Amino acid sequence: MNIGFDYTRSVGPVLGRFVNGLAAHRIEGVRGSDGRVHVPPVEYDPLTAEALTEFVEVGTEGTVKSWTWMAEPLDGQPLSRPFAWALIQLDGADTAMLHAVDVPGPEHMSTGMRVAVRWADETVGHIRDIAYFRPVRTDTADAGPTADPPPVAEREEGDPVGVVITPVHLKYRHSASPEESRYLRALAKGKLIGQRCPVCHKVYLPPRGACPTDGVPTTDEVELPDTGIITTFCVVNVPFLGQRIKPPYVTAYVLIDGADIAFLHLILGCDAADVRMGMRVRASWRPREEWTTSLENIAHFEPTGEPDAPYESFAHHL
Amino acid sequence: MPDVAVIGFAQAPNVRETPGTTNGVEMLVPLLATAYRQTGLSKQDIEFWCSGSSDYLAGRAFSFIAAVDAIGAFPPIHESHVEMDAAWAFYEAWLKIRMGEVDTALVYGFGKSSAGQLRRVLALQLDPYFTAPLWPDSISIAALQARAGLDAGLWSEKDLAEVAARSLADAADNPLAQFSGATGAAELLDSPMVADPLRRHDIAPVTDGAAVVVLASEERARDLVERPAVISGIEHRVDSPVLGARDLTRSPSTAAAGAAAGIDGVEVAELHAPFTHQELILRRELGLGDGVRINPSGGVLTGNPMFAAGLARIGEAAKRILDGGARRTLAHATSGPALQQNLVAVLERRD
Ligand SMILES: [Zn+2]
Repeated sequence: MNIGFDYTRSVGPVLGRFVNGLAAHRIEGVRGSDGRVHVPPVEYDPLTAEALTEFVEVGTEGTVKSWTWMAEPLDGQPLSRPFAWALIQLDGADTAMLHAVDVPGPEHMSTGMRVAVRWADETVGHIRDIAYFRPVRTDTADAGPTADPPPVAEREEGDPVGVVITPVHLKYRHSASPEESRYLRALAKGKLIGQRCPVCHKVYLPPRGACPTDGVPTTDEVELPDTGIITTFCVVNVPFLGQRIKPPYVTAYVLIDGADIAFLHLILGCDAADVRMGMRVRASWRPREEWTTSLENIAHFEPTGEPDAPYESFAHHL
Repeated sequence: MPDVAVIGFAQAPNVRETPGTTNGVEMLVPLLATAYRQTGLSKQDIEFWCSGSSDYLAGRAFSFIAAVDAIGAFPPIHESHVEMDAAWAFYEAWLKIRMGEVDTALVYGFGKSSAGQLRRVLALQLDPYFTAPLWPDSISIAALQARAGLDAGLWSEKDLAEVAARSLADAADNPLAQFSGATGAAELLDSPMVADPLRRHDIAPVTDGAAVVVLASEERARDLVERPAVISGIEHRVDSPVLGARDLTRSPSTAAAGAAAGIDGVEVAELHAPFTHQELILRRELGLGDGVRINPSGGVLTGNPMFAAGLARIGEAAKRILDGGARRTLAHATSGPALQQNLVAVLERRD
C-alpha cells in the first residue's frame, strides 16, 4: 500500500527569511541568545527559548564536522547515486546543517574537509534549493542533481515564499490476520464467513483477532447468508474527488442475518428516497469470473421487497 | 502520595516479522493473559490503561484504537495513549497512581516495524522544515553521531564491537531475543560497513514486538505479588531537536533525568541503546561504573520492537526485583533521533 501526502507548512518570519534567501542563492542564519549563529535558523533559542530576530548572512562554503556513507540511497533523499551525509558548519555559522555531499566514494570524505553549496538548477524557496554540497577541491566533474524541485504553493506575483510543500510517500505491506485471511478466502468463493466470540457468543463479520468486548480471539466459524437489513444509512449528494458513482446514492450499514456487527456497503436497486432503516436487502454479486479475495465481489445490496424488520430488533446495533 | 510498583511484565517474542496486523492485537492478546496470571488481576481490576505506538509505523490512522480490541474495552475503560515509546505511557500511568486517581494500571506498547521501511519512517520524527524533507534515515543519523565520538577519541570501533559481542552473548539466556550467540569482537570487526562507521552489529535489528507492564500502588502491590518493584524515581528530559546544534557525543537529557531519578547504588541497568555507541554515551552520562551489570537481557541490539522496547527495559529491570535477583535496578528508555529524549526509572525492593 502506498500512502502519500503533500505536507504544506507556512514558514513564518524566521524560517521564511531563510527559504527566501535560498531562492536567491543566499544563506542566512540567526544569532542565538549566547551569540552563536544558528544555520539553518531556529525561531527560538534552544537554551533560553527567547524569540530570535537578528539575521546573519553566512558563507556558502563550510567544513564537514561529521559524515557517513549512503551506499544505497532511499526514496526522497537528495541524490539517487551513492553519496555522503554530513553535518556541515558553514563559514560564519556556529551550528552545523545536515545535508548531502556528492563524492564518488567514502574514501573522498573526511572530517574537516571543505565543501561548497551546489545550488539546484531551479531554486524555489525550499531547503532542497541546496541540491547537495561538493568538495571545494575536487577533480570529479559535477554529475548534476537527480531530484526534481519540490512542489511550490501558489502565491501572488512578487510575493515572498510563505509556504513550503514537502511530499511524504511511504510504502507498507499490510498483512491480513489469520481470522481475516479465512474471511477473505471465503469471499473469493462467494461465501460470507464470520466467527463467534467464545465468551459473549456474538458473531463478527469480518472475524477479528480479538472480540472488542472480551479481548479474546473469535474462534468458531459461522457461514452467513448474503441477506440482511439496513441499520442506518446516508444519502450521498455531494460529488468528491475519486467518486465512482453518480450522486445521489446511498451508503448504509448492512447487518447480515445472524451477524452481530454491521458493515458499510452500497445500496442500489431503488430510489435513494425509498431507503429505510430496517429495510431487508440482499447482496448483488459481481460475475463469478471477477471474484477476488475482497468484499468488492459484492457490487452492492438491493431491496428484497420483504417486510421491514421492526426497529426493536436492531436498535441495539445502532 | 502513594509510591508505585511494577507487579507484572510480559513481552512478545522479538521477531523480524509477525504474521499479524499492524494494530498489534495478535501480539497483545496473549501478553495480557500472561499479565493477568502474574498479578491475579482481571480486566475489571485494571483502573487505567495507557499505550504507546505510532500511526506512521502502522501505516494507518488511529492504529491504537484498533489495538484497544485486545483489551475487550466494554464496558468502557479509562484509557490513554502516547505517540511515543510506551515507557512514556508508563510515566503517565505512574502519575495517575501517584495522584491517587487510580490504584492499578496496565501499560502496553506495540510496533510492527516490518510493515514499512523503518529507517525511512523514522525520518518523519525530524524537524519538518529543513531536515525531514531530505529524508535522512535513522541509521545515517546515528552514524554521524558515532563518527563524532570516534573523531573525538571517546570510543573506538573495537569498543563498539565489544558492546555488541557482550549483548549477543547475554541474549543467549533470553528466549525472546531476536539475535544471540557467542561472537568475538574481532570477528565482528571483519564485517563490512553498513553506514560508515557503523557495521551490522552496531545497529539494533528491525523487530516486530509488544510489551505489557502492570503497575499498582505500593500498598496494593504488596497484596498481589511477593516482591513488588517499587519505583523510587522516574524522570524524563529532552534535548534540542536541532541535530547540528547538539554535541552529539553527549546526552545532557540523560544526565539530567538520571540525576533527578536518583540512581546511586543500582546493581543492574537496562539501557535502551539502539546503536552500540549510544550505550557508551548513556553509561558515561549516568556514571555507571564497571560494578553495574548492563543489559543482562541482551538489550535492544538483540531485539528492538519500536514503541515497546523502552517499556520492555522497564519490565526487564523490574523482573530482576520481582524474581529476587536484585534489590535496586535502573531502566532507561529513549525516543527520537540520536538519543534526543530520555527517561530514567529506578526500581527497588523494599522489605
Ligand atoms: Zn465477546
